[in-house]
Amino acid sequence: MSKRVHSNIRLAGDDLSVAYGDRVILKQVNFQVPPNQVTVLIGPNGSGKSTLLKTLSRILTPKTGCVLLDGHDIHKSHTRDVAKKLAVLPQGPVAPEGLTVKELVSQGRFSHQSLFRQWSTEDEGAVQAAMDVTQVSEFANRLADDLSGGQRQRCWIAMVLAQETDLILLDEPTTYLDLKVQVDLMNLLVHLAHDLQRTLVVVLHELNLAAAYADYLVMMRDGEICQHGKPNDVFTSENLKSVFDLDARVVQEPISKQLICIPNYPSSLHPNFHTEYQPNEE
Amino acid sequence: MKNREGTLYPRVNLKRHGRVGRSAGIVVMSWLLASMFVWHLALGATSLPMAAVYDALFHFDSSNFNHLIVKSIRLPRALVAVLVGASLSVAGALMQGVTRNPLAEPGILGLMAGASFAVVCAMTIFPSVATEFLPWIAALGALVTAIGVWFIAQSVPGGATPLALTLTGAAITAFLGTLISVMYLLSQDTFEQLRVWLTGSLAGRRLDDVTIALPAILAMLAFAMSLSRNVTVLAMGDSMAKGIGANTAWLKGQVLMCVVILTACSVSLAGPLGFVGLVVPHTVRLFVGADYRWVVPYSALFGAIYLLGVDAIARVLIRPEEISTGIITALVGGPLFIYLVRKRAH
Repeated sequence: MSKRVHSNIRLAGDDLSVAYGDRVILKQVNFQVPPNQVTVLIGPNGSGKSTLLKTLSRILTPKTGCVLLDGHDIHKSHTRDVAKKLAVLPQGPVAPEGLTVKELVSQGRFSHQSLFRQWSTEDEGAVQAAMDVTQVSEFANRLADDLSGGQRQRCWIAMVLAQETDLILLDEPTTYLDLKVQVDLMNLLVHLAHDLQRTLVVVLHELNLAAAYADYLVMMRDGEICQHGKPNDVFTSENLKSVFDLDARVVQEPISKQLICIPNYPSSLHPNFHTEYQPNEE
Repeated sequence: MKNREGTLYPRVNLKRHGRVGRSAGIVVMSWLLASMFVWHLALGATSLPMAAVYDALFHFDSSNFNHLIVKSIRLPRALVAVLVGASLSVAGALMQGVTRNPLAEPGILGLMAGASFAVVCAMTIFPSVATEFLPWIAALGALVTAIGVWFIAQSVPGGATPLALTLTGAAITAFLGTLISVMYLLSQDTFEQLRVWLTGSLAGRRLDDVTIALPAILAMLAFAMSLSRNVTVLAMGDSMAKGIGANTAWLKGQVLMCVVILTACSVSLAGPLGFVGLVVPHTVRLFVGADYRWVVPYSALFGAIYLLGVDAIARVLIRPEEISTGIITALVGGPLFIYLVRKRAH
């Protein structure tokens, strides 16, 4: 497994440093994106996870170091060529007022078109497929600004999928969504990686969601990668303390074997907990 | 006409009819433009029958006084209305898309004040300047102002946001307006010629003036059309546009060039006409949505029709005298603009 990972690396950041003015956001980060997996970046606010995603997707240019996409420096490649291999959904995108869902999703085909190569059946097929898999086809002719937050987020995912790239980078795609919609969305992403051989890098805020869905979990703090590996190895009480400064226990849910973190709430929140349940605990 | 989500919709919504509906709309608008054009030629201090207008255009007789009026006065004026209306509207549409600022238009971002100021300077310092140079002088003024506004807005904490751009543009417009007033006090002779032009007027242009600006305007309208797909992408914001594969800096440069030339040509033909570039693209978007492949051509057509109509009002309202067209565009555009702002607030 690990051998295959190393021979198939398509996207890697090498010695990446980013600073806004004299505020350093990323400190010489080295990062290789494992192929055909869901990689999840987590970290406290200001840890640099969004900045790392933006740099990997060439939206930000690093101060030092470089991002290699298939062995070529991504910041020196033609942006249109990059867009055929790598798609990115930035945080909190805003659709221009008055664009229908289908028109919005169609923008994902930008890099496949030119003045001389206009809309084709291939483009139409990609847009339709992307709308089907994200279940937004039923809204195709409605205005994107009329939809609910969850529906609109699915439209943006559809736009990114319509780009038909092997690499997909998403910055907090589940923020502001209902839990049910979050779960649906994460299921879709896992399906893309495991069944359709796409490579995903996702920044998430929700720790339990990250632990449940990540094949590869990356923990960041102060512009550095502190821990990385399978959730079973890195999603531990000690790491949550050192990375997030969070006092929490990590337990395994008995049926699904999923890891869940439970913050140590003050005992005054549960006055009955100790009296009623403690005697039964082993 | 409120739909379920509570936003207002116009009764005719071409977005719902897809490509066929929007193509049909283009044909209808073209017909409307042609009819307005002929009607505009017939209208004036003395109204002419349509047959006379037709003869003047296709069987010109230089001894016929009515034919001379049509050819030397009314035809240039109608052409100026069409070209300026289309240019300002397309320039406004492009700016609103790229800056993601619904209030962007050549006037509000200072381009018009810059172009006017450059022309006023040139006319004051070199009173004998040839009219052929005026479009170029106006373009230079607009370009310098555009770059100036951009740099000032960029230096604001938070960068060149829509708000920073609008405020900077307004400040620069006020500043240049004051400088124009100062020059007015210093050399009143020059300003006798420029007084009407500075309020925005379609009168007094010769066919020669039109033919100087015509190729540049047509080329830039075609260029705007070729850029239109990119403008939709830029309207989704820088990060998104880059991710989709747009070279944002290069595209913005191209759009800026297009806007500056269109504005400069318009100002050199008709002075600083306000509100056209603001109101027309807004109205167009209500009907055809935010796909700039449609917004650009519709803005060009509707802008031309709008200015022909407004100019017709300016000419007949207090016949045989006439009001400066720029005053009517502001009179009609002001209330329309307030309506649009109120509608957005819903």
